[in-house]
Amino acid sequence: MKGEGIGSYVLRRLLVAVPLILLISLGVFALVNLAPGDPARALVGSRQATPDVLASIREKFHLDEPFLVQYLIWLKAVVTGDLGRSIQGNQLVTTMIWQRLPLTVYLGLYGSLVALGIGIPFGVLAAFKQGSEVDRGIVTLGVLGVSAPAFATGIFLLYVFGVILGWFPTFGQGEGFLGRAWHLTLPAVALGVSVMGLIIKITRASMIEELQKDYVAFARARGLDRRRIVVSYVLRNALIPVVTAAGLIVVGLLTGAVLVEVTFGLPGLGSLLVSAVTQRDIPVIQGIVLILAIFVVLLHILIDVLYTLIDPRIRFGKAEA
Amino acid sequence: MKLEETASAAPVPASVGVTPRAGRVPITVWIAMVFVLVAVVCAVFGPQIAPYRANRQDLLLGTVPPGGDHLAGTDLLGRDVLSRTIVGARTALVGPTIVAVGAFAIATILGLLSGYLGGVIDSAVMRWVDFMFALPGPLIAIVIVGVAGGGFWTAVVVLVVLFTAPDTRIVRSAVLEQRPLPYIEAARTLGISKGRIMFLHVLPNILPIVAAYVVLDFAFALVSLAGLSFLGLGVSPGTADWGRMLFENRTILFTNPLAALLPAAAIVVTAGSINIIGDWIYQRISIR
Repeated sequence: MKGEGIGSYVLRRLLVAVPLILLISLGVFALVNLAPGDPARALVGSRQATPDVLASIREKFHLDEPFLVQYLIWLKAVVTGDLGRSIQGNQLVTTMIWQRLPLTVYLGLYGSLVALGIGIPFGVLAAFKQGSEVDRGIVTLGVLGVSAPAFATGIFLLYVFGVILGWFPTFGQGEGFLGRAWHLTLPAVALGVSVMGLIIKITRASMIEELQKDYVAFARARGLDRRRIVVSYVLRNALIPVVTAAGLIVVGLLTGAVLVEVTFGLPGLGSLLVSAVTQRDIPVIQGIVLILAIFVVLLHILIDVLYTLIDPRIRFGKAEA
Repeated sequence: MKLEETASAAPVPASVGVTPRAGRVPITVWIAMVFVLVAVVCAVFGPQIAPYRANRQDLLLGTVPPGGDHLAGTDLLGRDVLSRTIVGARTALVGPTIVAVGAFAIATILGLLSGYLGGVIDSAVMRWVDFMFALPGPLIAIVIVGVAGGGFWTAVVVLVVLFTAPDTRIVRSAVLEQRPLPYIEAARTLGISKGRIMFLHVLPNILPIVAAYVVLDFAFALVSLAGLSFLGLGVSPGTADWGRMLFENRTILFTNPLAALLPAAAIVVTAGSINIIGDWIYQRISIR
């Protein structure tokens, strides 16, 4: 285990992820049976539930087969990249996801930029001024950030900057990169603030811990420039916990994106998920949840790999524990 | 020996939170307590305090801006926004209470069994916890609550299940800290049964830390339930509920902004106050 290279570590983690993803896919498939009543009726959607339609749906989704057989048929299609068709518009689920994805990715990246751009400097500043009024202010801000769901922040921003001041548009997604940046600024801030609190909290705590270490006192005693100590030594070490918390942060961003897209009426993956859930469009829900869940599983592996790369003290075998 | 002790003990308290001076309650905590008290009073006596009945519609009046008879204006159906916000405190506090207490009740049992007994039970419980951690929890909540047909109780039950996993991990690690302590060994030597040790000796010692996390969980549950209601999945339509009000009133931001801003502020202030109190309790415990 000790001499294990990074390559075989990644491979081993991916192998462990396979049963996990299969388990998730089973859960996702079982969603059809979760809807109250007859699954065939749930899959009818807005169409008229005539006996003919019901029979054709039973046929199409193999509803008369045992559950496991249904699952395997579905899984086989999914593996080949076929997520089925939407009940509402008869569009391919993969096409729908593909159309909505760019906006959500843009929003997510913009939002994380805001969250990290505010969270890390504030966390560092609070750690330096520990116990002062500035520190208290930042800590309170962080607590408010944790407590303010993205939709509440979104409504406030929309009202102040959209309605009263009129600086930013209140709807639409904008044309081109810059137009989009302008339209997505308020949504991105709302999204960023929702995870900013967590980042402030982690950065501040690890920064305080790091500043008390011997090497900092030693570097100071040697007369090294304060700024250099912080930037090249302390911050680097203090940010490791932020990397470890990246999984939590990304899940927070995903949830936030769903709420923000609904608040601002943006046609992204999150609002697609919510409208699919409201209309009980099972194939669309299954497709989105499956993709997001696999994304989160792979992300956790990526974080663990990054973690071991940043901090060589962690042995690969231990990183899982 | 002495020197080493002080050196290793020094960094611990300072590493968590703003160092509070012992015995003094910070002003922010006092303010937070006042806000929570107001919310609790509204939750209990809401219908008596509210100037109007929360569900009284006035379709002829429709949406009016703040002022006059309606201090915070009315919504699309002419319902008084202030009254609905006051009455809405009830679902806002009852749901999270059930989620936080319920999740911790289950987590305490699982955490005690897994942390104290170890072995097969421990690895089974931890497998399950790891599995839950690998999932994007809040998204799962949206999907399951939505597909199952929504509703307040569905949302509460789903959140209890989702919250149980992280809570179990917290309880388990608290139990693991107690395990090697002398009082456990003493109890064992006396031949006291495992069940008695777990529930009569270990449990009281981990209760303070559990209490702090219950408070923090409560705030998170409040925000999560409001989020589900905001998506139209939590409480049933027509209920006076903060998340639901945001969902219904965000379209009238131009005519009566308070219809959405007041419940939004209520969510942030209540959850924020509870988080401040929870953090404060947590710090007091970790200093001891």
